[in-house]
Amino acid sequence: MRFASIIKVALRALRRNTMRSILTALGIIIGVGAVIAMVSIGNGAKAQVEAQVASLGQNVVSVFSGSVSSGGSRGGWGSAPTLTVEDAEAIDREVPDIIGVSPEVRDRNQVLANGLNWNTSVNGVGPDFPDIRSWKIAEGTMFSEQDVRSVAKVAVIGKTVVDQLFANTDPLGQTLRIRNIPFKIVGVMETKGFNLFGSDQDDVVMVPYTSHMKRISRRTNINSIILQAANPEVIERAQKEITEVLTQRRKGREADFTVRTQIELAQSATATTQTMTMLLAAIASVSLIVGGIGIMNIMLVSVTERTREIGIRLAIGAHGRDVLMQFLIEAIILSSLGGVLGILLGVGSAQLVSHLNGWPVVVSTSSIVVAFVFSAAVGMFFGFYPARKAAQLDPIEALRYE
Amino acid sequence: MPPVVQIEDIHKIYESGEVPVHAVRGVSLEIQKGDFVALMGASGSGKSTLMNLLGCLDRPTRGSYRLDGIDVSRLDRNALADIRNQKLGFVFQGFNLLARTTALENVELPMLYGARRFTSKEIRTRALHCLDIVGLSNRSDHFPSQLSGGQQQRVAIARALVNEPQVLLADEPTGNLDTRTSAEVMGVFQKLNDDGITIVMVTHELDIAHFCKRNLILRDGVVVRDDPVTDRSFSASALSKISEAEAVAKLISAKG
Repeated sequence: MRFASIIKVALRALRRNTMRSILTALGIIIGVGAVIAMVSIGNGAKAQVEAQVASLGQNVVSVFSGSVSSGGSRGGWGSAPTLTVEDAEAIDREVPDIIGVSPEVRDRNQVLANGLNWNTSVNGVGPDFPDIRSWKIAEGTMFSEQDVRSVAKVAVIGKTVVDQLFANTDPLGQTLRIRNIPFKIVGVMETKGFNLFGSDQDDVVMVPYTSHMKRISRRTNINSIILQAANPEVIERAQKEITEVLTQRRKGREADFTVRTQIELAQSATATTQTMTMLLAAIASVSLIVGGIGIMNIMLVSVTERTREIGIRLAIGAHGRDVLMQFLIEAIILSSLGGVLGILLGVGSAQLVSHLNGWPVVVSTSSIVVAFVFSAAVGMFFGFYPARKAAQLDPIEALRYE
Repeated sequence: MPPVVQIEDIHKIYESGEVPVHAVRGVSLEIQKGDFVALMGASGSGKSTLMNLLGCLDRPTRGSYRLDGIDVSRLDRNALADIRNQKLGFVFQGFNLLARTTALENVELPMLYGARRFTSKEIRTRALHCLDIVGLSNRSDHFPSQLSGGQQQRVAIARALVNEPQVLLADEPTGNLDTRTSAEVMGVFQKLNDDGITIVMVTHELDIAHFCKRNLILRDGVVVRDDPVTDRSFSASALSKISEAEAVAKLISAKG
């Protein structure tokens, strides 16, 4: 039978009982909608994480102290600090692909100014820090190499500290006391917001690392080193070279450091969201299967109802295959239409959830295509058995059916 | 010219139940082109089974059946479907039209199956032509629910004709129709037969059988009589007799 005729017959049969067709397709609609919504929300979460990681700077390589056994994102953050400033200087000297270095020392301290006090992160960093982190100074300047050498008592503060201690005044030039030592504020960082883990990145005071180690924390080792590679192509090479330099310096002692590129950080950060997304999608797919069973059920009923009609077609000269195609196409059209409506429903709900919760949403074209193909496949798979039953009817028996 | 239907000693035995049923027990017959056969017999005589065999809806257990020179006794399911599509036309007691489908689309149906490929224009033209033959071209866009019993049966006849079959097979075509309409429908069959179409009709009413040319009577699976019809009825005169009878009946009820 000609294909156009089959489509026409199938559409007519579905229209014959519109309510029933809609209810049957509902399983597919909900299934596809759920999958699309889940995947879109999951992709949005992933994109947000990736954006966060990207906001940590360009081509950043991080060296953490303490070793990590597997690719955890938190392992190595100062569990046993054994990195030194000399390590950072060695890397700076010996790795040509590195264009910026900043040792990092982290601490929390009570800071005082203007008769107010505030508990905040007090970090020791190098002058390259704003460039490496793509985090610019909004007012004033970053401290210089000279300040590092002279262990100067200068500080650069974040917006939250400004709001807490210098609400209506200009903080530049004013004094901030850290551990009762006066530091002069020379710069204010631009606003950065909250990070992946929910910490306020603007709640920070930064001083030269030498000043931090000598005057504030009184220590000889550092928490981490952040470095900037020249461009994305050399990041991996830089990672290897850094590892070599540090290993050599440890002269056979156990490697007590980790070198992570920004890409690796992004991957480990998004790994969780990706797993969650896949899990949610898998669960949502279950409803697709249920929808398919619904289609099979209704097609079986439809075949029984139309036994006489099938008998007429067979008597007039239809081959078994013609009847099979007729019912199979009907099932496929039903499930595909359900798929299209499901996609619309899924995209709509994802947008709604995004709007209500402030979560980002990313609807990928590939997920839409896969969902559509899958819904058609469900129709084909679950429609086959009823279609085959129809095709195998005996015309004489079928014509006699009441 | 060879006969259109040549059946030699065919048997049909059903093995489905506990006891095998020997429905047709050695029937041999020939039907020439242009013949008009009434197949009669009581229930259980095997006439339905014989019709199914003639219609290539079933295969004989033994014996041979040559339709238009082709041996169809041993063909497979799909080949039989093609034979039905090309060489046979079916008219049923219950009309068996597709509901919610127009008269024209019903008549077009056989052309959508089968090996021959027609253009949409050809399909429409041929269907309209057949509707014209049965006098219903002005109702081509009506649904069966909008047609009377007689009109539905005429649509069914048009459908049976559309692929220019060798034999028209009718199974109690007037069974669901009143006397007047039956006479009208038999008129259509007679006109088709006059134009050369071979018709085999199952009926249990003698009145209807008298419209045909040949009477075949089956009993217990064998042919017991095969005679030409004498004092044949003709549709036109039958209809005028019915009108007279109706008029008389009206007068009587008016008087009384």
